[in-house]
Amino acid sequence: MAIYIVKRFFMMIATILIIATLTFFLMHSIPGSPFDEERTSNPTIQANLEKFYKLDQPTHVQYIHYLKSIATFDFGPSIKKPNDSVNKLLARGFPISLELGMVTILVAVISGITLGTFAALRHNGIIDYAAMAFAVVGISVPNFVLATVLIQQLAVNWNLLPPATWSSPLHMILPTLALATGPTAIIARLTRSSMLEVLTQDYMKMARAKGLSPMRIVLRHALRNALMPVVTIMGTMLAGILTGTFVIEKIFAIPGMGKYFVESINNRDYPVIMGSTVFYSAFLVFMLFLVDIVYGFLDPRIKLHRKEGDA
Amino acid sequence: MESRKFAPIDENQGGTAVAQEPARLRKRNKTFTDVMLSVRDLHVSFKTFGGEVQALRGVSFDLYKGETLAIVGESGCGKSVTANTIMGLIPKPAGRIKNGNVLFKGKDLTKLDKSEMRKVQGVDISMIFQDPMTALNPTLKIGEQLTEGLRTHQKVSKTEARQKAIKLLEVVGIPNPEERMKQYPHQFSGGMRQRIVIAIALICEPELLIADEPTTALDVTIQAQILELFEEIQERTGVSIILITHDLGVVAKIADRIAVMYAGKVIEIGEKREVFYSPQHPYTKGLLASVPRLDLKEEELQPIEGTPPDLFAPPIGCPFTARCPFAMEVCDRIYPATTGLSATHAVDCWLQDERAKKVFGHN
Amino acid sequence: MVSHQQNVQIPDEWFQQKGKDAEKAESVVRPSLSYWKDAWRRLRKNKMAMGGLVFLIILTLFAIFAPILSPHNIETTQYANQNLPPSSTHWFGTDDKGWDVFTRTWHGARVSLFVGVAAALIDFFIGIIYGGISGYKGGRTDTIMMRIIEILYGLPHLLVVILLMVIMGPSLTTIIVALTITGWVGMARIVRGQVLQIKNYEFVTASKSFGAKTPRIIRKNLLPNTMGPIIVQMTLTVPSAIFAEAFLSFIGLGIQAPVASWGVMANDALPVILSGHWWRLFFPAFFISMTMFAFNVLGDGMQDALDPKLRG
Repeated sequence: MAIYIVKRFFMMIATILIIATLTFFLMHSIPGSPFDEERTSNPTIQANLEKFYKLDQPTHVQYIHYLKSIATFDFGPSIKKPNDSVNKLLARGFPISLELGMVTILVAVISGITLGTFAALRHNGIIDYAAMAFAVVGISVPNFVLATVLIQQLAVNWNLLPPATWSSPLHMILPTLALATGPTAIIARLTRSSMLEVLTQDYMKMARAKGLSPMRIVLRHALRNALMPVVTIMGTMLAGILTGTFVIEKIFAIPGMGKYFVESINNRDYPVIMGSTVFYSAFLVFMLFLVDIVYGFLDPRIKLHRKEGDA
Repeated sequence: MESRKFAPIDENQGGTAVAQEPARLRKRNKTFTDVMLSVRDLHVSFKTFGGEVQALRGVSFDLYKGETLAIVGESGCGKSVTANTIMGLIPKPAGRIKNGNVLFKGKDLTKLDKSEMRKVQGVDISMIFQDPMTALNPTLKIGEQLTEGLRTHQKVSKTEARQKAIKLLEVVGIPNPEERMKQYPHQFSGGMRQRIVIAIALICEPELLIADEPTTALDVTIQAQILELFEEIQERTGVSIILITHDLGVVAKIADRIAVMYAGKVIEIGEKREVFYSPQHPYTKGLLASVPRLDLKEEELQPIEGTPPDLFAPPIGCPFTARCPFAMEVCDRIYPATTGLSATHAVDCWLQDERAKKVFGHN
Repeated sequence: MVSHQQNVQIPDEWFQQKGKDAEKAESVVRPSLSYWKDAWRRLRKNKMAMGGLVFLIILTLFAIFAPILSPHNIETTQYANQNLPPSSTHWFGTDDKGWDVFTRTWHGARVSLFVGVAAALIDFFIGIIYGGISGYKGGRTDTIMMRIIEILYGLPHLLVVILLMVIMGPSLTTIIVALTITGWVGMARIVRGQVLQIKNYEFVTASKSFGAKTPRIIRKNLLPNTMGPIIVQMTLTVPSAIFAEAFLSFIGLGIQAPVASWGVMANDALPVILSGHWWRLFFPAFFISMTMFAFNVLGDGMQDALDPKLRG
């Protein structure tokens, strides 16, 4: 297990390094400097940029310096907002985005697994068809479309829920719904198909032959095995949810990091785009690392590989 | 525990002696009298995309207390379906018992609802599966897989269940059982896993053990060990065994009686020596001729030509007609009635008819 | 065993030996169809997948012909026609520049379909080359190439795409380049797996020395079995590329008017959604969803149809 974790850890570091390097050199590949056109009369910004990128130094010195900044969680200044840096924006926006993301994951995982499990247990029944119809629609409707439809119908036309912002639990319902539907659908589909496969396994037949209660058979024997593939896609799922927060925060005017990020894209605030991308990537890669470790704990075959002991 | 006669190894006077002396020697002249399980005219069908498969088309046989009955036949003949039906493991709604009964100690298992059936599964009747590599849940420790059945069916504490499981692992021949309890299936070899599967089946001291191809997935030396284990267990507990197999070598080793199945029907049944030394059905003869025998080296093996009939639309007559070297017109038209040859030996074949005997002479 | 009474009325001549009938017994086996025919037969039975296929064919035809046939001009702004609701002249209404939403929708369809199909094709080619080399060479080469893939797989794709788009500036080419730079990895993995399978098959066929029959076996058995997953992967790449394009448009990295993608149209319509001009959002959003839906059900259907394990 320790070897496995160490291996994954180095993979994580390598990935973050690649992203940081990619970001750095992409920025430098732009003819001149990305900041040339933005070189305004504002001396504060100029000073910040110089300080962060050491623009007077040769490229390799800049690169090393840049990596050092990243390692100390300094993601650089903003051009458009003189008094802000990526760190300040993160401090303000990221907790809110994280909250949105966490609530979404929770909703998606719980409802997706429940839906997928019931669909598989009632294979070819009404619940199965309904769940799969929902799933294929949920996968096909982009979250920004769903979000606008929800606002239009539930908030504006029927006046049931507040249409925007993130100020109370009631306000959280619509954004969460819009963001969680896609992941819920994906988890439901995956849970169903892997559950269907698990149900045909010999050990399931054996569990039934032991006369165990259906509850125990499903929860203890089937679900744990069926959820393995679900855990493996959690990484990609998290990435989807994270990028999803960008549009959802934009539509619902939620003051999270995603909103600042989209703003920075629209303003071409290059340092903020770079800084947030690196931060988000590092965050995601770290989450992937955690997912891998969880998987290692769930599947005994990973934990003790190499020790195929036998008497 | 109470009425059952399962004796753990350490309490058995001379447990090792029992293991060394082949049980089969002492069993040879045993007679079995108490019917424990009686399968009557069982019809089971499965709905598939291509139509309805009539997997069992009237299967009947009795099983006596303490005996080993082997059900043999080619794959698809319905032997596994028979096992699953007795065990209550026919997948619903695709599979359906259309007719017939399974009487276990006078109780009709086909009439039980799911929760009543669960009180029989693993308690009175246990099952052992073909592939030990897939029969154990890869994510649960074998200790849990051993004890969960016991803990479900009997009011025993965790420690009691554990103790019993450890003893049982010893009985089936797993060294260091206490440590092994904490391990996962992938840490055991195929033969060891099959021993664990057997231990799981025995944990509630069942009266009937159904073994579905228990040695097919194992290599030959392990096969022999597992078969010996079966005999030892039967000797010790008096459990009845239904052995599903296509391997006549296995049958020769441990069966008391043999039922030959073909296309969803039992076509011949009898004591081992009756079926082996005077087979009556052409299919049984073919089956025996297709097995390598050490005593008849020169003779060539004779495979049975052709394939079994399509069970989507089984023939009305004898299903073996198309492959039978002695087929007559009547075979195509009417299914033969059962002819009793002795108190224990019976066959479904038109060749037993007087008129056929005139044509073929006695054979 | 059934124990009905021996029937006494059976005529004696029925008790005559017949010839052995083994061939007849052999012929009972159900007719075997060729792999593709069989897959197509099963795909045709899948109503959802066929619905998706028909929708996509119609969509493609409209995307090709509707902009040519449309009488409406979408080059110059026509403030006289601003924000008209759907009518017999403007079937899907008009937008704030007076452009016909129907015409723009089909221009958008061209963009979205082009992006999706181009991304899938380029993924396919890169994937075939990379996965093919990796799987064919095997050994150390394979290990190194797969390690690279493993790391790339961990990259957050959309973030990298955003970064590339920001640097390169939004255009049709950059979208496709950005999507394929990250997208080929999945395809390469699948191709490698399939190549490894083929290698195994080749070994088997060679050792059985089928001689002249080998090409036939490859064509009849190996190719279909190995192409299946690749085709399914391509089918499912298209909707994810369409989604990615719409997403990028939505966060301000889309191709701009007049020939705008569906994502750009939806993004432009967002500020006015509350003023009641629903048609501006509805049509692009509807077509994005429907197209993704169609590709998804078609991909699923193909997966089921091509999976030999489920053949029954």
